[in-house]
This record gives sequence, structure tokens and C-alpha cells, in this order.
Amino acid sequence: MLKEYRTVGSISGPLLLVESVTEAKYGHIVEIELPDGSLRRGQILEVDRDKLLIQVFEGTNGIDIPSSCIRILGRGVELALAPEILGRVFGGLGTPRDDGPAIIAQRWADINGSPINPYARDYPNEFIQTGISTIDGLNPLVRGQKLPIFSGSGLPHNRLAVQLARQATVLGSGEAFAVVFAAMGITFDEAQLFINDLTDTGAIERAVMFINLADDPAIERIATPRAALTAAEYLAFEQDMHVLVILSDMTNYCEALRQIAASRKEVPGRRGYPGYLYTDLATIYERAGRIKGKAGSITMVPILTMPEDDKTHPIPDLTGYITEGQILLSRSLERRGIAPPVDVLPSLSRLKDKGIGPDKTREDHADLYNQLYAAYARGKDAQELAAVLGEATLSDMDRAYVAFADAFEHRYISQGDYENRTIEQTLNLGWDLLTTLPKTELKRIRDEYLDKYLPEAQKRTKTA
Amino acid sequence: MSKQSDQQGRIVKVSGPLVVAENMSGTRMYDVVRVSAQKLVGEIIELKGDLAWIQVYEETGGIGPGEPVYITGRPLGVELGPGLIESIYDGIQRPLDELYEAGGEYIGRGASLPGLDREKKWRFELAENLPKEVSAGQIIGQVQESVSVIQKIMIPPGVQGKLKGLSAGDYTVTDTIGKVETANGAVDLKLMQIWPVRQPRPYLRRLSPAEPLLTGQRVIDMLFPITKGGTACVPGPFGSGKTVVQHQLAKWVDTDVVVYVGCGERGNEMTDVLMEFPELKDPRSGEPLMKRSVLIANTSNMPVAAREASVYTGITIAEYFRDMGYSVALMADSTSRWAEAMREISARLEEMPAEEGYPAYLAARIASFYERAGRAVCLSGKTQEAREGTLSVIGAVSPPGGDLSDSVVQATLRVAKVFWSLEANLAARRHFPAIDWLRSYSLYRDSLQDWFTQNVAEELTEMIATTNRLLEEESQLQEIVRLVGAEALSPNEQLTLETSRSIREDFLHQNAFHDVDTHTSMKKQYLMLSAILHFHERGLMAIKRGADINTIISLPLRETIARAKYIEEKQIDQIEELVKKIDTELDKLSGAEEQATAAAAEQNTSDAQND
Ligand SMILES: Nc1ncnc2c1ncn2[C@@H]1O[C@H](COP(=O)(O)OP(=O)(O)O)[C@@H](O)[C@H]1O
Ligand SMILES: [Mg+2]
Repeated sequence: MLKEYRTVGSISGPLLLVESVTEAKYGHIVEIELPDGSLRRGQILEVDRDKLLIQVFEGTNGIDIPSSCIRILGRGVELALAPEILGRVFGGLGTPRDDGPAIIAQRWADINGSPINPYARDYPNEFIQTGISTIDGLNPLVRGQKLPIFSGSGLPHNRLAVQLARQATVLGSGEAFAVVFAAMGITFDEAQLFINDLTDTGAIERAVMFINLADDPAIERIATPRAALTAAEYLAFEQDMHVLVILSDMTNYCEALRQIAASRKEVPGRRGYPGYLYTDLATIYERAGRIKGKAGSITMVPILTMPEDDKTHPIPDLTGYITEGQILLSRSLERRGIAPPVDVLPSLSRLKDKGIGPDKTREDHADLYNQLYAAYARGKDAQELAAVLGEATLSDMDRAYVAFADAFEHRYISQGDYENRTIEQTLNLGWDLLTTLPKTELKRIRDEYLDKYLPEAQKRTKTA
Repeated sequence: MSKQSDQQGRIVKVSGPLVVAENMSGTRMYDVVRVSAQKLVGEIIELKGDLAWIQVYEETGGIGPGEPVYITGRPLGVELGPGLIESIYDGIQRPLDELYEAGGEYIGRGASLPGLDREKKWRFELAENLPKEVSAGQIIGQVQESVSVIQKIMIPPGVQGKLKGLSAGDYTVTDTIGKVETANGAVDLKLMQIWPVRQPRPYLRRLSPAEPLLTGQRVIDMLFPITKGGTACVPGPFGSGKTVVQHQLAKWVDTDVVVYVGCGERGNEMTDVLMEFPELKDPRSGEPLMKRSVLIANTSNMPVAAREASVYTGITIAEYFRDMGYSVALMADSTSRWAEAMREISARLEEMPAEEGYPAYLAARIASFYERAGRAVCLSGKTQEAREGTLSVIGAVSPPGGDLSDSVVQATLRVAKVFWSLEANLAARRHFPAIDWLRSYSLYRDSLQDWFTQNVAEELTEMIATTNRLLEEESQLQEIVRLVGAEALSPNEQLTLETSRSIREDFLHQNAFHDVDTHTSMKKQYLMLSAILHFHERGLMAIKRGADINTIISLPLRETIARAKYIEEKQIDQIEELVKKIDTELDKLSGAEEQATAAAAEQNTSDAQND
């Protein structure tokens, strides 16, 4: 029998202070029985002699001081793991949310996981073809990478993520893969977009979902990405699967964290977020990767909406400091009907160089993206100059670049939700666009590649 | 040293990485304790009555009041001796490779493996002419630790007396190799010594740095050089290239030993180092870079208190090699994460915060860390010739939003002598290294002048002054262009714009991932820059003679100048020839009547190129 305590001392926000407790451990989970018999769960944030500070995942409304009853369960927050988690939908704390049976656990795992020994990591270097040119061509994603989407409210980040989940494959491999999706505080419609799409493509059988919607308890969101990653680790490193984890929306996660910090009256950091936000986010993002001697991998695409589209806001800022690059979405491209509105210039994949080249994509890939990048940057500059000083002041060369930037946006960046381009197609499209510039301008491309690929592209564009 | 006691404390509070225990009277600040039956490593950071506040270097989940705290009576120390080189440690010197081999893909708790291998035997050779009386710093022998590093075995600080029974042979780090009879009794000598991390290792006296720390990075070596024994600060927002700069330095600096501290950053970046360093060759020794490196990896997801300790562990190891008379460089990426670890612990201690929640002692801690760098005359006993060692420290700083008014940036700038300012907008244009040429500085430049004049070229100082002047002028001219357009510029000004663009794109820009471009010798740096400046000088003369500016700037020769960076070191005489070619080509352009021919000639060559 577990000891029961009816010694709630105070309740404040999502926090509960319990007194006269013996035998409590930091980080352990407690069960709270409400006067009406319903159960909630919480986690011990601090133990000070006989006093416990508990964060209640499902909220404190309805909990009272005299009659609520606390039981300490003597373990951390744990998730039941078994191959049968595939195809299932769980709540934000990892209990089944669909009509399926309870999972008969092969083993239970603490959702906090443990840090991967840096020596045990294997460097991510296998190219993932997402079928999206702005990613494959310019910001290639590799297996085991963590590459977030920095978005803004109202931008189609979820559509991009769905397309990614649908199309992401590794060239020349028929290995087992899975999608783990964690929804944190997003709306029913947004979550449904994922579920429907996965259902339509049949991928749902290889998906595991952890759903905490906008109207679900906010504090539960602190556990949601951790539960999802525990499942992902199990699938990747015990079941040898290549797992794509999508976390949406990390901004809501951070807000839950801020709420706890405020209730604890901690000294707030920037914009009220706790000083340990970086460390906390790192314990989530760093769970992506590959491990030596293991067949599987965890690739992570966290999505976050930047408050006021501000990249220096602590949430995108600290995320960018941890993740291996970022894909930025642009409101201006979106307004001009360019989808997916990937803002190419500030986007970055830090692991791109290890995933591309002769045996991986194609020999000309690196030179080509450098050239496209430089040309687009120059075109954007010229556009700006024209906006200030007038189109007439532009040199012929600048005009050519403006035309290039325009074509680049409409043909390269813009593609349909269901348009799945091979890497070959993406690379060739890049060459096709470059044919509009004089050859002498293509300084970033080695002569041998110019000789090899430019004539082909000129032929293609002539016949088209 | 205080003795191990049977006294045991008892936990009363657990809050994240902070544990409070009672029955701790008699313990000392910064002593190491073992927490709970799992023996988690912790350090005392505050004492009040019989209560001790302990920062725990491992995850504290599952720990609670009533559990024991074991007292060791020793401060947090590192093991110094053969076996350091090629190691990868966490923040408290636990060998990550051995933890992995013991089954640790994930870092578990309570794992305790010593920093130095206890089994391995090292061949110890005696030093010559050993005196009877020895004191701290005296080299008594050596061990060939790796192909690149000979570890000198020294009398530890604080030990002085008659040397007895020292003999060469094969020893483990804990075997007794000899004794010193001191005034307070005999002290056993071992290959290993232990030193408390928070206490700088002593030396005889400090000297001002006098030699550059060459990095092979052009913008650094030429414009903002750092010294052997110097300090540098590399701040910048994410993605601006801090880590690449640190990696480049760890690869190419011309020191005997490199200590790389990955402090609260990405796991994959350490993996990158671990995979590359054994492959890459040190251009000086021809041996793999790993053979002179020590890595400390306490990544962002590893326990935050151990992150706080990691920079101290790293610098103590670095000082130990300095004491042998070596040149050592330490990179810490990123010191902001170290500061944040301090902040987190400070908040849990409920200390009064200063700016941005950082503790009031932040600046003092940063200053005393950088003060451990320097050029020093090492302790060397009484009979040995004095030797000099240097320790350079390069710290990356990650200010929120890239804002340089950040407390960590400001505190670092007050002590570091070199400032490489990484700019987001340069990185966004893929100008790497994104070191801003107008904002950065090196306070060593003047004192290095003589060295450069003697070792590189007489006219180097003047060339660098010209380079700086051109870059400065460029920013003013660009302002004019932005307001009234390029037509307003005189031919001379147009040439200035072109030359400074060439300085930026063909010289300062350097691709870390290009086989040849990744590292440039001083000789080649000098030749590259002189080609660009020479063209400028000759161009000005041609303009004066009436040559057309457009003809000058579209000379195909400029393309050759731009490609000089890709010329291999063994073929740099090609750049020397290039300088001569500049003379002949530009002398050809003199007056208006010759322009037509020159233009035609140019047309021909570019046609030829296109074929
Ligand atoms: N010298 C360089 N040459 C080529 N690319 C670079 C260079 N420096 C930085 N980069 C690019 O910028 C990216 C970010 O650099 P990084 O050092 O990781 O930034 P930070 O540590 O400041 O976040 C790298 O992944 C690389 O693509
Ligand atoms: Mg970095």
C-alpha cells in the first residue's frame, strides 16, 4: 500500500505544496485524488525536508486543501514501450488516447532519458531526400539531424511538415522507418491535418502520436516531447528504425515552462522565460542523432512560431543555438503566393556538407548551392536597390539578377504540396535557372562542372 | 590534506542540481562529496552552520531527504600525468571513451572511472644531471606520451627536499618512481599528480607575450593576430561561425598542445572533432592532430554543474603542459554556457542577481579564468635552466540575439586582448569567417610588429596599414553609392572599391571546408595580399597615365588573383610570378590610344577562356 497524504498546504497556479511527507524523492511522480474521486498526476519539483513542491500536469482546478489525497508513486514519469506503440495515439503524458488497448510494456522507460555520450555518437551524414527543393538543394537534411522550422503564426509550417513526413526518404534504401509526432498546444484542426495525411498515405501504421491540444492541460506539454522522444529512442535504437520526430509547436512548450517558473517566483530571464531554458531545450533537441553500432536514427524537425516574427526572441534564439540549422518561413513570400514560403537566405543546414557529394547526391551539389545562393542574394540586393533608386538606375547585370531572383522564387522555391522532386530534378532545375546569367558570373562553380552540366541545361531550357 | 573521515552528512533538500545536506560541519568550501548510495559526485559551494549546499555533477532524479552524503575531504581535482593526450573527458575528467566501452551509450549515474588509466605502463626515462636537492617544477624525467608529445615528469608544487631512489622503468601512473625527503617526511613520487581545478598552477613569473599564435586563418593572422600566451574573445549570434573558428584554430594553431573544451554545446560537434582529428595531419609534425590534443566534452544536455566545472578542468590540464615549457592553446566553446551554468546554480542558492540574472561575481570569475592564460617562466627547480611556457585562451561567447551588450561579452572584452566580432549579416552572405574587419581588434598588433618584420616581410606592417585604410575607405564610399549611385565616384575611388572588394572576397574570405583554402602559411598570406595591393598601386598609376578604369578592373588577371587562395603551398611561386605579371599587364595600359588594343586583347583572352 502506498502512503497517502492529505496534507496539501497551499495551491498556486499549477503548483501544489504538500507538507509532512516522508520518503519523497526529487523528480518522482505523484498521483492526486480529487474529492470527486478523479485522478491527476504531478511531478516533484523540489523536496525540502518534509515539504514537497509538485507541478500538476493536468492543472490544479478542483483540487482542494482539506480533502485532496496525494500518493507518491516512487518512480519518475515513465512510458510503456513495446513494438505495439506503432500506429497508436497517446495523450501528452503517454497514456492511450485512442480506443486501443493499454500497451503491454516490454519495458518502462523514464521519459527524461539520459544524455547520449558524445563519444557514442555517430556523425550524421546520410542524405534524406525530402522532395522539397529549398531543403534538398540548398539546405540538405541528413539522418540524425535536428533541423527546426522557424515560422510565424498563420504561416503554413504544418503543411510543410506534413509534406516532409510524407516524402522524406533516404536515397537507395528500403529500411524501416517511423514517424513520431508530438502535438503541443496546437489546435484540433492542425493535429488532424497530420493524422489525416498519415492515414491517407498509410503511414499511420508506422506512426506514433502524442497529442496535447490547445484545450488540453498546459503543464502536460512539459512531458509531451519527452514522452515522444522516449518512444523515438526505443524505435530507433532498439527496433532499428529510422525515426522522424516532428514536434509542434515548441513555443507552446516554452510557455508552459515559463508558467511553472513564474509560479515558483523564480528570477525571470529574458522576456520572462527561465534562465535554464537553453539547458532545458537542449535536453530535448540533443536526443536526436545516431549512435555507433546502431542501425536506426532519430531525425528531428521541431516547429516553432516566432512571437512577432522575431528571430531574436529567446525561443528561436536558444533553439538556433542548439539545433543544426534552421528553416525559416517568410511572410512576404507567403503573401506573394509562393509555397512553401521558405526564406532561403537566413535558412541553414549545418550538416549539409557531410550529406552531399558524389556518392550521396551529385558531385556538383555543393558548388551549385553556393552559386544559387550567391546569385539569389545578389538579385535580392538589386531588387532592394531598384526599390530605393528606381529600376532605371540598375545596370544590365543587376537587371539580369533581378530576373533570376524572380524566376528562382517562382520556379525553385515554389512547388506544390504534392510535388515530390527527386534530387536530380532539383539540381537540374538549379542549373536551368542559372542559364539566364552569363557564364562568367558563375564563379562559384568549378570549370569542370560548368563544362559538364551547363550545356545540358542550356539544351533543356532551349527546347522548353 | 585533510584525512578521510567517517563523518556522514544527510540530505535535507533536493532541487535540481542543488542538494542541501546537514551534519556537514568541518567540511570545506569546494570539497568534493559523494551524494546518496549512488555516490553521485558533488561539490560544496556554500556552508552555513552544519548545512552544506552542494552542486551535483550528475542527474539528481530519485534522490531525496534522509539519504547519506559521503565526505572525501578533498577539493575537486584533475589527475595530471601520462594518458591525458588523445583523451576525451566530461566536465569532471571522466573518460567518455572508457565509459562508452563499459556499456555507456548513455551517460549513466555514479559511474566512476579515473581520469588516467591505472593499468597502462609507461616507459619513464630519467633526466640527465639530476641534482640531489629538488624542488617544485624540477623535471626529473620524461615519458613519450604520443608521437607528438613528450610528457615531462615534474616535482609537484609544494614539494622540496632530497631526491631518493628515482629510477627509470615501466610504471603505471600510480606506481612509486622515487621519493623526496622533505622537512615533513618522505613524499612518494609518481607519474601522476593531482591538482585542484579552481586553483591556478604556480609559475615563477609572467612575461608579456611576444610571438604570434599562428592560425593559418588570414583575417586573424594578418589583421587581428593573437599571441602565444594571449587571450581572444569570439562573440556572435548562432550560425555566425564561432564553432568553425574554434575548430579551425584547434586544427591549425602552431602550439605543442591543444585543449578543446566543448562547454554546453552540441554533441555532434564533438563527434566531428573526434572523427576528424585522428585523420588530419598537423602541418608541422606531419602527425595526426589528435596526437597533440585533449578534448573535454560536456555538451548542452549533460549535467549543468559539470559544465560549470569543465572550463576549469580544461585550463588546469592546459597549465600542466605549459609548466613543462610547452606552448598550449585552449579553446572554450562556449563560455556563455559556462556563465549560464553559474547563473543556474546561483539562482538555486537564491543569491542576489546582478544583470540578466547572472551572479554579481560573474565578471570576476571570467577575469580570473582568462588570467590563467599567459606567457610564463615556469617553476623549474634550482639547478635547471628556466624554461618558458605559454597558454593562449580563446573563448567563444554566445550572446542572446547576438547582442554584444550582453554581460558575458562585456565582462570578457574587459580582459581579453583580441576581439573577433562575428556578424550575422556577413554569415548570412556566406562571408566566412564572418569576422567584421571594421569592428574587430587585436591589442597585440603593435607588439608583434617586429616579429612580423623579421619573420615574414619588411613591408608587412605597411601593407596591413594600407589594407585597413582601404577597407575603411570602402565603407565610406559605399555610403555615397547608396545615396547617389556609383556614377558619382572618381576612377580612383572606383578602383578603391574594387580593391577592397578583392581584399574581402579573395583574401579575408576563407573556406574552412576547402582542402587547400582551410589553412594558409604566412608566406602565402603575404604573397596573396601583396598581389592584391600591388594591383591597386599599379592600377592607380595607370589611371594617372589616363588608362580607363573599366579596362583595368576587367583585366582577366584579376580572376587569377582571386584564385590564388586555391594554389597549393608547394606551388606558391606561382603567386610570386603573378606579381610580376601585374607589372607587365598594367604597364601596357597607359593612355587612351592604347585602350582599344587592350580591350581587344582582353576580349580575346576571355573568349579563349570560354572555349
Ligand atoms: N570558415 C568557414 N567556411 C565555410 N563555412 C563556414 C565557415 N564558418 C562558418 N561556416 C558555416 O556556417 C555554419 C555555422 O557555423 P558555426 O561555427 O557552427 O556557427 P556558431 O557556432 O556561431 O553557431 C557552419 O555550419 C558552416 O556552414
Ligand atoms: Mg557553435
